[in-house]
Amino acid sequence: MGIDTPMKDRVFKSVGTRPTRPDGIDKVTGRARYGADFNMPGQLHGSILRSPHAHASIKSIDTTKAEKLKGVKAVVTSKDFKTKGITDPDLLDIIDNCMASKTAYYDGHAVAAVAAVDAKTARAALKLIKVVYKKLKHVTDVDEAMSPGAPLINKKCFTQGVEPAPTKASNIAVRSEFGHGNVSEGFQQADIVIKRTYKTGQSHQGYIEPHACVASISPDGSGEMWVCTQGHFVFRQQCAEILGLDAAKLRVTSSEIGGGFGGKTHLWLEPVALLLSRKANRPVKLVMSREDVFRASGPTSTTSIDVKMGVTKDGVITAAEAELRYASGPYAGAWASYGAMTSFACYDLKNVKTVGLDILVNRPKTTAYRAPSAPMAAFAVESMIDELADRIDMDAIDLRIKNAAKEGTRSSYGPVYGPIGIGATLDAAKKHPHMKAPLGPNQGRGMACGFWFNFGGQSCTDLNISPDGTATLTFGTIDVGGARASMSLVVAEELGIPYDKVKAVIADTGSLGHNEMTDGSRGTFASSMSAIRSCRLAIDDMRQRAATMWDIDLDDVTWENGHAHAGGSSGSNHAPLSIADIAARAHKTGGPIAGHAQIVADGAGVSFATHICDIEVDPDTGQTRVVRYTVIQDAGKAVHPTYVEGQFQGGAAQGIGWALNEEYIYGKDGRLENPGFLDYRIPVCSDLPMIDTQILEIPNPNHPYGIRGVGETSIVPPLAAIGNAVSNATHVRMTQVPMSAPRILSAIHANKDSD
Amino acid sequence: MWGGLRPAVGGADFVEIEAKTIRLLMTKLAESYPKLEPLIEDGVAVSINGTIYQDDWSKIIPTDAEIYLLPRIEGG
Amino acid sequence: MSVLVNSTINGDQYEFVCEPDETLLDALRDRVGMTGVKEGCGTGDCGACSITLDGALVCSCLVLGAEAEGRKIETVEGMSDGDKLHPLQTKFLEHAALQCGVCTPGFLIAAKALLEKNPDPSEEQVRYALAGNLCRCTGYDKIVRAVLAAAKQMRKA
Repeated sequence: MGIDTPMKDRVFKSVGTRPTRPDGIDKVTGRARYGADFNMPGQLHGSILRSPHAHASIKSIDTTKAEKLKGVKAVVTSKDFKTKGITDPDLLDIIDNCMASKTAYYDGHAVAAVAAVDAKTARAALKLIKVVYKKLKHVTDVDEAMSPGAPLINKKCFTQGVEPAPTKASNIAVRSEFGHGNVSEGFQQADIVIKRTYKTGQSHQGYIEPHACVASISPDGSGEMWVCTQGHFVFRQQCAEILGLDAAKLRVTSSEIGGGFGGKTHLWLEPVALLLSRKANRPVKLVMSREDVFRASGPTSTTSIDVKMGVTKDGVITAAEAELRYASGPYAGAWASYGAMTSFACYDLKNVKTVGLDILVNRPKTTAYRAPSAPMAAFAVESMIDELADRIDMDAIDLRIKNAAKEGTRSSYGPVYGPIGIGATLDAAKKHPHMKAPLGPNQGRGMACGFWFNFGGQSCTDLNISPDGTATLTFGTIDVGGARASMSLVVAEELGIPYDKVKAVIADTGSLGHNEMTDGSRGTFASSMSAIRSCRLAIDDMRQRAATMWDIDLDDVTWENGHAHAGGSSGSNHAPLSIADIAARAHKTGGPIAGHAQIVADGAGVSFATHICDIEVDPDTGQTRVVRYTVIQDAGKAVHPTYVEGQFQGGAAQGIGWALNEEYIYGKDGRLENPGFLDYRIPVCSDLPMIDTQILEIPNPNHPYGIRGVGETSIVPPLAAIGNAVSNATHVRMTQVPMSAPRILSAIHANKDSD
Repeated sequence: MWGGLRPAVGGADFVEIEAKTIRLLMTKLAESYPKLEPLIEDGVAVSINGTIYQDDWSKIIPTDAEIYLLPRIEGG
Repeated sequence: MSVLVNSTINGDQYEFVCEPDETLLDALRDRVGMTGVKEGCGTGDCGACSITLDGALVCSCLVLGAEAEGRKIETVEGMSDGDKLHPLQTKFLEHAALQCGVCTPGFLIAAKALLEKNPDPSEEQVRYALAGNLCRCTGYDKIVRAVLAAAKQMRKA
């Protein structure tokens, strides 16, 4: 069998079982070390001063008094970042966001930082820093930012993606367009055409662990950093570029991570900690407060989306068009393009056109949040699909089934689909008992589909066989929710040894080649592909060792169920050798046994989900209650089904919070009014029912075990599924997320008034 | 190719290029359409018959394959 | 001016020094080394720093270190009996009631406090008792199941 041979119809022994995770005991006993749980000898404490203004030019920063305060060891401002020679615009934006240079772009934008002997002294020092601001007009609303008189956030912002390039600066940073066919012709063929505008609030990933790191740089340019991150190799690379260090000399260790969901794919405070450490020549610990997390670490985009769709009386969607306006904070992003790509991806459309516009606003720099940009687009499109179904008197699920994309469909973002799973999730939804369950008074049922790209990318793993035959897998994607368990299962499967004879360890950046982040649902997909390759190389090595031990030809040694078997003419008398047998003699047959793999794990395949939910709406208050919720999604092959369910449930819960309650609220002064969990209220235990899951296993042909990414897609359908359920419960169509009680109530009242 | 690239190739939504691998395709595209070069550098993913390749430019392109260029994607 | 505090933590006598305005959360983490007590918000909204103080469930970020003088504190570090895990710890592992795990110590302490008062809670009672603890990974489904399973096992014991 070749190194990467896919296994068709394979019967798995370990993969697909549900053992206890290997890092579990540390996490239930308080032993696991997260970002803020680590200290270095002689460490200082850092603290960051942030702009109280939504938009202000920084006239001067006087740090003299702070520097003189007893116990203060270093003060940094943007002047300490040496950007000369850095040309990557994304990296320059990261630096400017970590420490404002000329302009403070949002409430909470960092302007200076201090390292001192203790946190109290550092905080006292911040009060001695004098910043002179000149307040500028601000804009936080995405549509207002596009209006002609809007304050210009970046005078050098000329819309990208337009030819010829505009000569006038605007807040429209990037325009992207996707689609095929002719939408005007398509709309002419339709019996019903609906056009609406939808808006979604800005939500935050809401990980429970605030960002934290401990950084240390020595005068010789070598350093180390302990940090909670979704990708320590990427953090190392970017920090080394920002600080002008050799990447190899900066050793980054990822802590246990207390949630990320995209928010920990980005640098917020790490370069500042490194800079403080370099200046003070002492290790520096920097931990964000919850308020700082909300004000200054990237939430998702607030959006405004126009959708127009046409359908015939017999349920053929003839054309679909959308303009998607996504706020990206004060820096250009590609967020609207993801919305534009994903919006109609579930459907087989002859005529489709989407335009994405990334808009600059005085809000924190947007970053990825689980299937970034897809939930908002799905809210708009999936709400309209229900409305279309209602207008032609067709069941909403039947309209979706009739128009679902399939193998051979040209996707709305360009390529023609290979085998895909949207149809399977819809069929499963139609058959699901949830669909037929009776509803109580004031309850409505809604459903929606969701799409997300998964990806793979660079991965690197080492598989080492110990002298006793147990195996250590060293891998480089951090474990957000069971990766060590699933990697151990994969290694156990491939080597044919028990799960508890495998130890999966996440390497620091000094121990492995570059690995991309745990993002894009890639962790299990990509690292398992590399792990399988590592195992197969080690097996080849062990076959060679067995051949040496038996003194027979390598070709006569086969590998089955974790044992070398002697075959052919030369050695059928030999009893099979286990890994332990071979490992025990390794010192006599060539030394340690290992397999090292480095791969680009492309071919992750796209992902689809269908969700069903029942919502009860109190007609007197607009208050909602989630009565029942079901997630149906394709996992390829579920390595550890319990943790796959966990991903489905977690994504759904985040989507429910976004749909019903979560939103950044800005005052007229452009300051964030709810930077805390009391006022930015994420779902609590009593807000939710059990979340049922159905895992479909349609093998991914591009992975040796058929694995697909599962982490992100589950956050895509909830906004629309809930909107549709609310609509079915109240007969009003909600076009704004979150669908808070006051908004639902006023929609009910408006509907009554118009009757 | 996706809308973001079209301005760089004079508005066309498809172009004809002969290439055996993704790397050769990118090189030839950049030669034929110099305006594409910075966009390719910025990050382009390639779909071959519907499967998206973000990084593996050594991938061999089968005969008559449908190639689609689309933006590189970040995830959460 | 620092304060000298004597407390019983997980059954052991501890003496620590803290600032008068220092939270018990910071004192436990930075002075005593109990980093199983987590800070998620510092404002009493997330429950990651849950401990019991003389048997009462509290957010240690809302209590001053100095207030712990002469009192009994229980943290996640004291939950297991030697090498024998508490049934809640076992059930959290069996049910995969944790993904990232940072909220887990707080949930375990809050669930233990619930089961001491009510050994046979309904699902709804579990949900309301744990409503002060935020989890962003799991959607709470597996946490509630784990607590109900632990309660059942503890009733049998």
